[in-house]
Amino acid sequence: MSKLGNLGARLHRGEVGYDFVGNRKFWYGLSILITITAIVGLAVRGLNMGIEFQGGAVFTTDRVTVSASQAEKFAEEAAGHDAIVQELGTGGLRIQVSSLNTEQADKVEAQLVQDLNLKAGDINSELVGPSWGEQIANKAWTGLGIFMILVVIYLAIAFEWRMAVAALIALIHDITITVGVYALVGFEVTPGTVIGLLTILGYSLYDTVVVFDSLKEGTKDITKQTRWTYSDIANRSINSTLVRSVNTTVVALLPVAGLLFIGGGVLGAGMLNDISLSLFVGLAAGAYSSIFIATPLVADLKEREPAMKALRKRVMAKRASAAAKGESLDGPSGPGDFDPLPVDAAPAGAVVGQRGRRGRPTDKRR
Amino acid sequence: MAAPKKGRGPAGGQGRPGRALALILIAMVALTGGMFWSGHTTPRLGIDLAGGTTITLKAEAEKGKEDAVNETNMNTAVGIIERRVNGLGVSEAEVQTQGKEHIIVNIPKGTNSKQAREQVGTTAQLYFRPVLTYAPSEPAAKPSGSPKPSPSASASDGKGTDGKGKSSATPSASATTQGRPVTDGLKKAPTPSATASGSPKATETPKASTPPAPDAATAALEKKFAALNCLDPKQRSAAGQDVKPTDTIVACGKNGIGQWEKYILGPAEVDGKDVDDAKAAIDERVGQWIVQMEFTDAGAKKFQKITGRLSQQQPPMNQFAIVLDGEVVSAPSVRTTLSANAEISGSFTQESAQDLGNILSYGALPLSFNEESVTTVTAALGGEQLEAGLIAGAIGLALVVIYLVVYYRGLSLIAILSLLASAVLTYTLMALLGPAIGFALNLPAVCGAIVAIGITADSFIVYFERIRDEVREGRTLRPAVERAWPRARRTILVSDFVSFLAAAVLFVVTVGKVQGFAFTLGLTTLLDVVVVFLFTKPIMTLLARTKFFGNGHAWSGLDPKRLGAQPPLRRSRRVSAPTDPKEA
Repeated sequence: MSKLGNLGARLHRGEVGYDFVGNRKFWYGLSILITITAIVGLAVRGLNMGIEFQGGAVFTTDRVTVSASQAEKFAEEAAGHDAIVQELGTGGLRIQVSSLNTEQADKVEAQLVQDLNLKAGDINSELVGPSWGEQIANKAWTGLGIFMILVVIYLAIAFEWRMAVAALIALIHDITITVGVYALVGFEVTPGTVIGLLTILGYSLYDTVVVFDSLKEGTKDITKQTRWTYSDIANRSINSTLVRSVNTTVVALLPVAGLLFIGGGVLGAGMLNDISLSLFVGLAAGAYSSIFIATPLVADLKEREPAMKALRKRVMAKRASAAAKGESLDGPSGPGDFDPLPVDAAPAGAVVGQRGRRGRPTDKRR
Repeated sequence: MAAPKKGRGPAGGQGRPGRALALILIAMVALTGGMFWSGHTTPRLGIDLAGGTTITLKAEAEKGKEDAVNETNMNTAVGIIERRVNGLGVSEAEVQTQGKEHIIVNIPKGTNSKQAREQVGTTAQLYFRPVLTYAPSEPAAKPSGSPKPSPSASASDGKGTDGKGKSSATPSASATTQGRPVTDGLKKAPTPSATASGSPKATETPKASTPPAPDAATAALEKKFAALNCLDPKQRSAAGQDVKPTDTIVACGKNGIGQWEKYILGPAEVDGKDVDDAKAAIDERVGQWIVQMEFTDAGAKKFQKITGRLSQQQPPMNQFAIVLDGEVVSAPSVRTTLSANAEISGSFTQESAQDLGNILSYGALPLSFNEESVTTVTAALGGEQLEAGLIAGAIGLALVVIYLVVYYRGLSLIAILSLLASAVLTYTLMALLGPAIGFALNLPAVCGAIVAIGITADSFIVYFERIRDEVREGRTLRPAVERAWPRARRTILVSDFVSFLAAAVLFVVTVGKVQGFAFTLGLTTLLDVVVVFLFTKPIMTLLARTKFFGNGHAWSGLDPKRLGAQPPLRRSRRVSAPTDPKEA
C-alpha cells in the first residue's frame, strides 16, 4: 500500500505519469483496430443469440438421476430436434430446446417430466415466444438511443459539447468492443446480456464524467496563464484521477466477479451469469476508454478552438524563450500568470518531470 | 439532483455533522421501525425467487385498429385477466401493465399454472355466431377414434320447461338428446347422431345441409371445411386466425365428451361485450349445473333477433356457437326466442359450468394478446437462486471491503460504515416498497443491488482521493476534509446523475425483469447520494477530529508521510494561493 500510496502521490504531483494525450494516436489506432476486429467478428461470426431471441424453451430440473447425454436424447425425442443439455452445479440439468412455440413446449415439458422421473411440479420452465427477445432488444436499442441523447444534452450543459461528443464516442466504442467480444468468443446473447450492456452505459460514462470533472476544474482559468496547453492539463487530469479510476474499476469489478463466479460456477448458466459476463467485459472496456479515448479526444477537439490555438502558441513561445535563456521554465512568470490547477501540471511530453515553484530542483528528499 | 446541500461551509466551518448524522439515523430507525410495524420484515420476493409462474402478454393490434392498444383498453384487459385468474381461486396473482403494450401476470406457487395460463391465455374476442353446418373432425383413417355412442340423454332434458322466461340449453354431448323435446331452451347439441354412432364417414359428408346461396366463396369455404382437421393444433389455430366478425368462417370446437368437431359459422351477431354477466349456478329443481347469462340492453335486442331466427330453423342450423378466439366453446341449439336472460343447461360439471361462465363474462377482452414468455420456477430453484444471489453479494461485498481495507486502511472504516448504512436503507426501503408499490425483489434486482456496491463504494473513493490530494498539498486533515468536500461533492453528484439517468431510462423503456434491475440501480444510486451527504461526510468530519485520523496515524490511511505530502514549508503559501475551489 505504501508503494501504491506513493504512486498516488507522485501521480498527483506529476512526478510520474503517462502522456496519455501525447500518445493518443497510438491508442486511437489501437481502439480503431479493436473496433474493426469487433465489427469484422460481428459480420463474420455473428452473435450467438440465446433461446430468448429464437423462441423456445429452457427447462431446469432439480437433482436428477439421469445423465446429461441421456436427458439430451429424451429432449430431442420429445421435441423432434436438437436440444442442449447442461449439468448444473446443483446436480440438476438445464435443457434448452429452440424453435418451439409455447404450446409445443408444454408437450415437451410433460414428456420430459415423465422421462426424467420428475414430479410434475419439479421442473422449471421458461417458454419464450420468438418475438420476445427481439422486443427486449428493440426496447434496449430505444433505451440506448434515448439515453445517449439525454446524456449528450446533459454533458453539453454541465460541461461542453466537445466533452459530450467525446463521451459519446467512448460509449459507442465500449459497446462495440463488448458486442465484438461476444461475437468473437461466441458467448450466448440473452436478455441478461442486454441488461448488462445497458448498465455499462451508466458505468462507462460514470468513469468518463469523473475525469471530465477534474478536467473542467483544471481548465477553468486556462486562458489566464501561459504555462500549460489544454492538452497538458488534460493529461494531468487523467493522471491525477488515475488512482481513482483504477480503484473504481477494481471495486466495480469485484462484486461482478463474485456474481460471475457464483452465477457461472454454481448455478451454471442463467441470468446472473449473463448479466455479470457482459458487465465484466463492458466495465473493462469502459475503464480503458475513459482514460485512453475520451479525454484525449476532448483535448484534440479543444485544441482546434482559436483560443486554445492562441494559448498553445503563447505557451510554446514562452517555453522556447525559457529554453533559450537556459532557465527552468518553472520560474515565476509575469503578472498574467496564474496557476489554474489545484495541483501543478507538468508539460506534455515531460510528464516525468520536475516540480517546484521557484525553479529549484524538486524534492531532493526523494 | 436535488440533494441536500450539506457541509457547504468553507474550510474551518465544518457544517453540522451532528445534525446530518442525527437526520440519517432517525431515517434509518424510522424505516426499520416502519418495517417491523408493518410486519413486512423481508422484501417481497419475485416469482423467480419465490417460485411461481410469470406470463408476459403482448397486446396485438388488429390491422386497421392500431390505436386500439391504448391505456383504457389495456386497463380493461388487466381487470378482466385479474378477475379470470382470481376466479381460479388464486388470491395473490398480480396482473399489471408494463410499458404500453405488455401485461405481466404473476401467479405465485401452489396454483395450477396450466389452468391459469389457459384462463389468462391468449383468449381474445367472444362472438355468438349462427351455426351453418358442422361435422365431427376425425381423421378418416382412424375409425377407432370414433366416440362411443352416448349412453343417455342428459338429465337436463325436459326439465327446461320453466315459466321463468329463461331459456335453458343443453350442452350435452350426447347425440341422443338431438330432437328431444327440450322446450323453451337452448339446447347444446354439438354432436350429431352420426358422431355418436361412431360413423367415421361423417368427415367427408357433413350430415347437415350446406349453407344456402352456394357461390364461389361458399365453395372455397366448403373446401376449407372438408380439409380442416381439428385434431391438428396448427390447423385449429390457423382456422381461428385473421377472421373478421362479419365473415363466414370455419372453426373447431370440442364437444361435451371432448371430441373435436368442425363448424361452418355465419357472421357474428352478438359479441362478448353484449354479455353483461354470466355465472355458473345450480338449477335447484334438478340439482344440475347451468350457466346463466344476462345481456346488456343492446345485447338483448341482438340476442332476441338471432334466437328468434334460429328457433325457426331445422337442426343443425338452429344452433348458435359461442366462439372464443376462433374456437367454438359451446354450441347450444335454440328452441325459442330469447332476450335479456338466458340459461344454458346440460351435463355441466361444476368446473365446466364455471369455465363457461368465466369465458362468457370475461371473455370479451378488448384486445387480443400473445403469450410472449412463460416462466415457471419451482420454489426449490427460486430458493437456490436467491441463495446464490446472496452468496454472490456477500462475496462481492467481502472483496470490496478487503480491497478498501488494504488500500485505505483506517479510512475503510468510514467506507464500511457507509456501505452498512446504505445497506440498511436499501433493505428497509425494499421491504417497505413491497406492500407500498408492489415492488418485488427478483433476480435481476439482486444483481442490480450487487452492482450498486461498486457505485456506492466509488463515491467514497472519489472523496477519499480528494482528501488525500489535499493532505498531499500539505494540509492537515481537518481543513483537508472540508476543502476536499465541495469538489468531491460535485463529482459525486455529476456521476451519480449519469448513473441515475441510465437507470431511469432503462426503467421507462423496458419490460419485466429489466425493470427490476433498473429500479434497484436507480434506488441505490439515490441512496448513495443520501448516504454520502448525510453520513460519510459528517462521519469524516467527526473522525477528522480524532487523534487517530487527525494526526495521520500510520494506519489511518491518511498518514501524510505515506501519502508523500509536501513539507509544511510550502503550506503557508498554498493556503493563500488563489486556487480556492469553492464552487457552488
